[in-house]
Order: sequence, then structure tokens, then C-alpha cells
Amino acid sequence: MLVEEIMKKEVITLPPTATIADALQLLQENPIRHIPIVDNENQVIGIISDRDVRDATPSIFDEHTNHQAFRNEVHSIMSRPVTTVHPLDLVEEIARVFYDEEFACLPVVRTNQLIGIITEKDMLHTLIQLTGTNVQSSQVEVKVPHRPGILPEVASIFGEQRTNITSVLMYPYNDDPNYKILVFRIQTMNPLPVIQGLRNAGYELMWPNNIAEPKI
Amino acid sequence: MMCQAAFVYSTKFLDYHFHSDHPFNQKRILLTKDLLEKAHLLSENNIIEPRRATQEELELVHDKAYINAVSKAGDTGLSEDESMEYGIGTEDTPAFPNMHEASSYLVGGTLAAVDAVLQGKSDHALNLGGGLHHGCKRKASGFCIYNDGAVAIKYIREKYDLRVLYVDTDAHHGDGVQWAFYDDPNVCTLSIHETGRYLFPGTGQVNERGIKEGHGYSFNLPIDAFTEDESFIDVYEAAFRQIVDYFRPDVILTQNGADSHMYDPLTHLCTTMATFDHIPMLAHDLAHQYCNGRWIALGGGGYDMWRTVPRAWAQIWSVMKTGGIQQGMLPPEWQSRWQAESPLTLPGSWHDDQRMVPTIPRKADITEKNKKILESTLKYAINKQIHP
Repeated sequence: MLVEEIMKKEVITLPPTATIADALQLLQENPIRHIPIVDNENQVIGIISDRDVRDATPSIFDEHTNHQAFRNEVHSIMSRPVTTVHPLDLVEEIARVFYDEEFACLPVVRTNQLIGIITEKDMLHTLIQLTGTNVQSSQVEVKVPHRPGILPEVASIFGEQRTNITSVLMYPYNDDPNYKILVFRIQTMNPLPVIQGLRNAGYELMWPNNIAEPKI
Repeated sequence: MMCQAAFVYSTKFLDYHFHSDHPFNQKRILLTKDLLEKAHLLSENNIIEPRRATQEELELVHDKAYINAVSKAGDTGLSEDESMEYGIGTEDTPAFPNMHEASSYLVGGTLAAVDAVLQGKSDHALNLGGGLHHGCKRKASGFCIYNDGAVAIKYIREKYDLRVLYVDTDAHHGDGVQWAFYDDPNVCTLSIHETGRYLFPGTGQVNERGIKEGHGYSFNLPIDAFTEDESFIDVYEAAFRQIVDYFRPDVILTQNGADSHMYDPLTHLCTTMATFDHIPMLAHDLAHQYCNGRWIALGGGGYDMWRTVPRAWAQIWSVMKTGGIQQGMLPPEWQSRWQAESPLTLPGSWHDDQRMVPTIPRKADITEKNKKILESTLKYAINKQIHP
């Protein structure tokens, strides 16, 4: 998945000469926490976060608030140089940047022009989609040996039952490198035939599993 | 308390039949009706006939193209592409002859129940053929073709202009109804269901609270797998009481899926018949307290069709008709009538032996987690006009 598929294309920006008061207003009026600072040619020359703005504003405990601070221009508090990403970068790589650098937001730049913005929130939304929970579905988890060809073998059982798969995830099994957990979300309210098929084929299910039976 | 109640029934309900191996089987309604008759709780003059919902009524919720596709599927059949697009011909909702007609009678049954109550002929009405809460605007899903509950609520809004509280205790999230009124502040939905972590449809999280003007009028209570009677009843009662006080509906519509029972093969909740006593008892109480008695109850899921569903659904009628639940033994004539057909031994009494409940090691955690979820669900459900 590419950055351009999940980035926001309408970006709220400020010129370097805007004041901190302008920035504060934008942050209050919009559901955003970062403002890229762009020059006349729409090139990103800095970025400010809500934290930068807060640091630059007087404390609410100060009795004699100095309104002078609000008149400073944003270039005086912006971070630079700015780490940016390309629209054709992979989302997985960007996740790495978010994790390692502890950024929460990256401007997307093509030929020196700001064309979008991607945030941790967009990334989490993508994760939700990857898990398939945004489509009506049931979940089945299968423990499988970690070897070539296992995925099509398991998946063929879903195919035989004409059950549509909406998402597949593969997790490590605890710390055992010999096994993997396959998580399928399948588009059916009745997973019983698939579960039976998997059990008949000898697969171990992590869910459903150990369902307590009536005692009498 | 003796109330006027209407029981919607026709053998046409049994025509909503996918195939003999399908878990959704409307013979449950016949089993329930027969149980009630043999228990001398239901007589001919309680029964009203469903009508067939008209095209215009179905269009209150569904797209014309989808309705046409359903008609075609039950007649000449659909192409592969059309099947995929409309969710018909899948394992969950296979096509069957005259499916449009059969589905229209289920919707018409719910509309007949609505009219019986809102025209003042009955205090309460029960349509066990309805409650197909997964049906979407232009897609069949989860054993549901047309969403009778959603059509009925739109019908109530347009014809009677009343505010509706919809309470769904099926083990699956009542997604179709929720999405149909997600932006509507005059329709409040509450769904209590097994968490969508594993179970279909996967939605119904606490943070699904509605959008635009409808924000704050969708409530979800996703409870943990293996939840038992005590915790289920606790959260159901607390949520229903607070939400009805918050919303102040004119009429209550309940969906009474009976698949949270421990016998149910499709879900992982762990309730017994005790839960199915409380569900209609509280709905009945609150309908009288807030809505002058106006309560319409529907069926829904329930896949342990021989042992669980007839008893659970019969109790709804018992509450509507007599104000109380049935205790003791089932009429033996009912067992002898159906035992030969049932692959499982039919129960002898209205209630389950509590000793059959399996020991759930994480019971305390589950109870605590459900309580937390309840708090989160009800966080904004405070009526400031009444409780300033």
C-alpha cells in the first residue's frame, strides 16, 4: 500500500510570517495537531506542532499574560529541516519512521511541492482495514507449521466451502519459529462448515478452541 | 396484569426457507406457536395475519435495484456478478424460490404488529417471523434479506411520527438497523451482543455512537464470549433502564434473537433460560412505565431451534399476555408431538438446570470487563432536562 492511497490531500498550512496567534486559531478550529509551514512556491520549509505552539504561549497560571508572545511569527518556533515522504513510499516504511523517530505526522512532497499529509491516525485507520473488521465477517484462527505452501493449503478449505475471505493476517506463534498463527476474517455468519473442514484436515484451531460444553 | 396482545402468524412464514441444512429455520415459529397452544396461552383470537409488505414499504429502507434483484433471484436467478453485488446466492443467504414474496411477508408481519399497537388495538404485539437485523440497504447478509425492523421503524417515523427505541438482544450486533438510523436523533438503538472480536459481523463497538444529529443515539454493549446469566442480565437491565430514561421513547421495538444461550452452535455466550425471562419482563415493565404499554417484539437469531428457541420465544408471549413468565414443566403433549423430528432430546421444563453451566475459569474477569464496557456505553446517556 502506498502513501498516496491513504494520505490526506487537503492540507492546512501557514506561511512563515503568520503569527503564533494564527497558528493557535487553526489548531483550535480544525481537528489537526500539525501545521506545515510553506513558502510562496508551496515548498515545505518547516513544521509546527500543537506542542510547539503551546510552549510558545504564556502559562494559564500567569496573572499578567504577555500577549506579545502571540505576535511572534511562526518561523521563530518551527522545526526544520522537515522529514518528508514521497507519495510512492510504502505505508509499511512510513510506519517505521513514525515508530523510530516518534513523529506523529509527515508532509508528503513531490517535486518539492507539498501535496498531502499523513498522520499516525491515518496509519491506524489503515491497520483497522487490514484486520478486516470494517467488513461484516467472522474470525477464525489456525495454528500452522511454518513451511512453504501452507497458506494455499489452508485457504483451499475456505474455497471448497465457497466462503469469501475478507482479510488474512499472519502472526508469530509465541516465540516458536516453527509455527505461525493464520487469522482469517470470513464473510459468513455461519463459520461451522469451515471450522469442521479445518478440523477434518487436521489443523489446530486457536479460535474457536476449548469451548466449554454443557456439564449435563 | 392482563394486557391486550397480538401474535402475528401465518404458515407463509415457513416459506422463508433457504434449504434443509441451513442453520436459520423458521420452523422455530411453528414450534413456539404449538408450545403456546398446548400450554393454553395462545388462542385463535390472539392471532393476526401478516400482510405482504408493498414495494413502497420495502423502499423505505432498501434500494429498488436490490428489491428487483431479490425478485429475480427467486424467479429466474441472478448472474454471478449480480449475486456478489447483492449478497444473494452466498452460503449465508442462498437464493430460494419466491424469496421476495416470502421475505415480504416477514416485513409485512412486523408492519401488521406495528399497526396493531399504534392503532390502539393491542398494547403489545409479537412477530417472531421478523427481527432480520443484518439486512442492508442493497445487500442481503447474515441470513437476512429484507430488514423488517428497519422498515418498521421508518414506517413508524413516517406514518405515526413517534420516537422509537430499538433494543436488540441477539448475540450478533444489530448492524443493519444501527446503520439505517445512524444519523437520526428520533430513533435510538441499543444492541447487546457478543463482542465482534471473533463473531459476525464484527462491528458494534462502544465507540459507534451515531453521527451528525444522530450522535449519542446509538448504543452498543459488546460483551465478552462466555458471559453468563448474571452478568448479561446486569448489563441489560442497567443499560435499558438508563437509556429509556435518557431517550424517553414513544414506542419500544425489541429484537429477540435467542442465540446467546449456551446451547447455541453459532455463538459463544453462556446464558440459560433465566436470561430469556428477564429480557421480556424488563421490556414489558419499561414499555408500561414510559410508553403507555406500546411494545412490539420481533424474533431474530437462534440456532438451537428445538430446545432453546421455542421456550425463549414462548416466554415473550407469556409476558405480553399474562404479565409473567411460565414456570415448571412444559406440556408433555408438546414433547410427544415433536420429539420424533428432533435430533436432540427436548427439554421437559421451562427452565434449565443451572448445574449444566460449564465452569468458566475467567468468569470474574469477564464480569468486570462487561461492567467497564457498560460504564463506557452509558457515559453520555444522561438526560439533562430531567436530571439537571
